[in-house]
Amino acid sequence: MKILVCISQVPDTSTKIVLKDNNTAINNQGVTYVINPYDEWYALVRALELKEAGIASDIHLITVGKVDTEPVIRKALALGGDEAIRIDADSHDPYETANYIAEYAKTVGYDLILCGKESIDYNNGAVGAMLAELLDTDYIGFASDIQTDGKTATVKREIEGGEETDTCSLPVVIACQKGVAEARIPNMRGIMAARTRPLKVVAPAAVSSVTEILSYELPPAKAGIKMVSADNMDELVELLHAEAKVI
Amino acid sequence: MSVIVLVEHTEGNIKKKSFEAVQYAAGIAQKTGTTVSAVVLGTLSNSEMESLGQYGAQKVLHVADARLDELHARAYTSALLAAAQKEGSKIIIALHDINGRAVAPRLSAKLKAGLVAGALSYPDLDNGFVIKKAVFSGKAFAFVNITSDVKVITLMPNTFQLNKVEGKATIEKLDVSFGDKDFGIKVKEVNKIKGEIPLADAQLVVSGGRGMKGPENWGLIESLAKELGAGTACSRPVADAHWRPHHEHVGQTGGTVRPNLYIAVGISGAIQHLAGVNGSKTIVVINKDPEAPFFKAANYGVVGDAMEILPRLTEAVKNFKQNQK
Repeated sequence: MKILVCISQVPDTSTKIVLKDNNTAINNQGVTYVINPYDEWYALVRALELKEAGIASDIHLITVGKVDTEPVIRKALALGGDEAIRIDADSHDPYETANYIAEYAKTVGYDLILCGKESIDYNNGAVGAMLAELLDTDYIGFASDIQTDGKTATVKREIEGGEETDTCSLPVVIACQKGVAEARIPNMRGIMAARTRPLKVVAPAAVSSVTEILSYELPPAKAGIKMVSADNMDELVELLHAEAKVI
Repeated sequence: MSVIVLVEHTEGNIKKKSFEAVQYAAGIAQKTGTTVSAVVLGTLSNSEMESLGQYGAQKVLHVADARLDELHARAYTSALLAAAQKEGSKIIIALHDINGRAVAPRLSAKLKAGLVAGALSYPDLDNGFVIKKAVFSGKAFAFVNITSDVKVITLMPNTFQLNKVEGKATIEKLDVSFGDKDFGIKVKEVNKIKGEIPLADAQLVVSGGRGMKGPENWGLIESLAKELGAGTACSRPVADAHWRPHHEHVGQTGGTVRPNLYIAVGISGAIQHLAGVNGSKTIVVINKDPEAPFFKAANYGVVGDAMEILPRLTEAVKNFKQNQK
């Protein structure tokens, strides 16, 4: 069974967002980039577990990005995976990204494609379901448990106010969240091994984007906090009712 | 040419957030000089469907196939494609929730249509088709222009206030020929958590962190939540320590909530936690440490011992509710 894991490079969670060029771009000076946590902790680690259990044979990692994303994909390889693919394109449009990945995936034929539930930069959470459409497969989002025998998958996924268990035949695209696997830390052996694993650079398929980001805006500063004495909860309730109008 | 909007319902009732989506569609229809066709999938009463007129839908396209009572993303996609084709629609709207996020990207990929996921504004038509959405987990907003002819939007729930008007939608049956692939996913088991308000939809949320000291003190959180009619949530360390179930964890690696009121008790306010809650309209922070970073993101703050403050706040809410009657 061949698994493809989609890896996205994102700014570290603690990054302070600074705008530049008249608010049309994010200033990436001093920004530390990491593997999108949902891709790393859940999708990638689950793929590795399936290989360790003898169910998966090949784990490929794929990212869409220019050469500056290579340290992050190398870091992903240090956790595990047999080879990595970098589609040499800069994309902020999920349609464009999904098409690049789908075109590559078609050339290999994967049984299972795993991604995170969303990337923490553009928060679209759209590439997984788009991939499923482009590859004519099923898609299960918000997965918290994935079992497979290489033919079918049994997946627990979040529904409103609970959880359900679904089954479907492979191939399938699954977007992972908490529960799918536990986070791992790369060890020295993995880091050394990652250096020798192949990182293929693939030219992007001819796809046009269908969205463009025109500008950015930072949230307005909070108007200032109002402190309420611990002895006066009636005042807090009154503020929430009369001023904030939330109760 | 009408604007198509997917309507979700549960146990015979249209979800409130779907009224929001219909009203949003009506706003766009007005700007673009067209009407709204709401798509209802599965079993729903006529009176319930007609009520969509109160939020601006002229027409309901009803696909009355009981298999659609549960989410089958491919079947939903097929139904919306059929509706869009019938109406010659260029704009399709769903919610930015579990169902919408399974369906809208498929439509986008299929129709080569630009997608704005998690819309927070109506489109600005003076500069193209520009919609505001949150990026970097709420630390910034992006203005996204859809450049394709067909446009797909998922609306962030709880973004716009509902404004009911007079109106009654007409109902039209829509026949869709589904294939086997549309129902490829089989549902084996459904576990709904009973007696709780689903967190993602909760208008009010009471959340506890490590400052609650232990699971034995959660009765205080639950009492306040019950009095308010709120959902309960927790921080990551609390879920990791198994004081609370994982589905209650909100934050960067857990769930995201956007309630009108988020009350954080004994949560320091790490940036990872804020990423899951910074869409909340009003934030109250209760913490014994006056230096807790969460106070910087809060509208109201109370410094003190949660064990003493919570019962007082619960009592105050109770008195308030009684006086309201």
